[in-house]
Amino acid sequence: MTAFLEIILRLAVWLALAPLLPGILNKTKAWVAGRRGPPVLQLYYDLARLWRKSVVLSTLASPGFIAGPAVAWVALAAAALLVPLGPAGGALSFKGDVLLLVYLLAAARFCTAWAALEAGSSFEGMGAAREVSYAVLSEAALITAVLSLSVQSGSVTLGTMLTPPVGAGAALLAAGLFAVLLAENCRVPFDDPNTHLELTMIHEAMALDHSGPPLAVILHGASMKLLLFLVLLSEAVLPIRQLPAFTASAALAGTVLSVTVGVGLVESLLARFSFRRVPLLLTTAFLLCLFALLLAWKGGAQ
Amino acid sequence: MSSSVNLLIGLAMGLNLLALGSSRMPSVIRIVAAQGVALGLIPFFMEDRFGWLVALVAAGTVAVKGLVIPNLLHRAMRTAKIDREIEPSIGFVPSMLLGAGGTMAAVDGAQLLPLLSEHAGTLLVPGALASIFTGFILLIGRVTAISQVCGYLILDNGIYLIGLLLIHSTPLLVESGILLDLTVAVFVIGIIMDRIQRAFDSLDTRKLTVLRE
Repeated sequence: MTAFLEIILRLAVWLALAPLLPGILNKTKAWVAGRRGPPVLQLYYDLARLWRKSVVLSTLASPGFIAGPAVAWVALAAAALLVPLGPAGGALSFKGDVLLLVYLLAAARFCTAWAALEAGSSFEGMGAAREVSYAVLSEAALITAVLSLSVQSGSVTLGTMLTPPVGAGAALLAAGLFAVLLAENCRVPFDDPNTHLELTMIHEAMALDHSGPPLAVILHGASMKLLLFLVLLSEAVLPIRQLPAFTASAALAGTVLSVTVGVGLVESLLARFSFRRVPLLLTTAFLLCLFALLLAWKGGAQ
Repeated sequence: MSSSVNLLIGLAMGLNLLALGSSRMPSVIRIVAAQGVALGLIPFFMEDRFGWLVALVAAGTVAVKGLVIPNLLHRAMRTAKIDREIEPSIGFVPSMLLGAGGTMAAVDGAQLLPLLSEHAGTLLVPGALASIFTGFILLIGRVTAISQVCGYLILDNGIYLIGLLLIHSTPLLVESGILLDLTVAVFVIGIIMDRIQRAFDSLDTRKLTVLRE
């Protein structure tokens, strides 16, 4: 019973904390641009507002239009339960859970793309096509990073495999995973979350025809994905495990916050890349992770 | 000592891949210059005791590869009014993947070579092979003369790394002679590029296939 309660409690913490991050990100961007910017809690207000609204349904849309975002949200919540939180470990942990994490993320992406196609609008189809074609490369990088961590630690359980490499390996992995984070969460330089020009947006294009609660679920799912990747990146690069419990939690929270601010800075200082340069950047991320894998391999052999 | 040498060579290998992936001419020139500086610093870390001759060659290498040659290339670009965009005949992503594959093959293949025990632990030979391979990819996969010059310079950096294996037995005269040759070659190529640009209105080497009196 207590184990069940603990899972519920952890899930509640994940769900409640996730919408904070886009707020911090936007505040950073506003600060760099010299604006006051929206309040940090803006996404909470937006979600509450969207939740009260009614849904506008296209006559073309099948039940998948509503089911897609819902299934994607559930998959992301389940993925969040697998990710260990520093000293507290993961809510659920078993051998090979990292594979389930990768597949849950892929399932969430599939359902979002599916719901986008259900709208029957060419713009949404274009957004879905772009999202999926970027995912081919960024998933390759993510899986290579996971492989390098697993070779490093000789384990396929998320709880024990997040023992970071030291030196050059950590730097390579950090750079590769940061690029994957930016690509997976549709941030600059891969996609601009602020743009609403149909020809250039990717993630926003997929959510164009969604309204009311389904849109709220998509937005909340995206913020959860951002938090998930931030926690993964911090734990894959920093040796949080060796620290005492309280310091470790503080270090994890601090790293997540500073990487969020870093993403905000990247977003303020960089322009979006043109579409034809994105594969090059994602290939670079893949190669960074690949060399981290090689280093882990050679280091392990000695 | 060996770890800082390995770090510098690792940096040079990363710069190889960056050079394959960048699409602007000035940034390729900067990358080649940075690689030259990184490799020029290596002799300082290889020696246990400080030697004047080695220090002189290293300082000369840093100065020529980091300042003189990039300046010559930038000037050639300005006078010939060369386009800053690079046109690849092997695309950026394929050439980067090729370069990464070549780097890995170099790291793996160097273990099969019968090296001296003092060189077996360093990345000198893999770095040299990877740079030579990168230089070849740039020479084959880019169509304008100036990017091929950059490929030639990376190729030369690889040969320089092999030369470092013999740092104790190569006379200073040979090292400085190679450096001088390189400078003169880039200088002459800069002039030739200007001529090609005037005669053909482009630096595309695919147009330079017919000999005429």
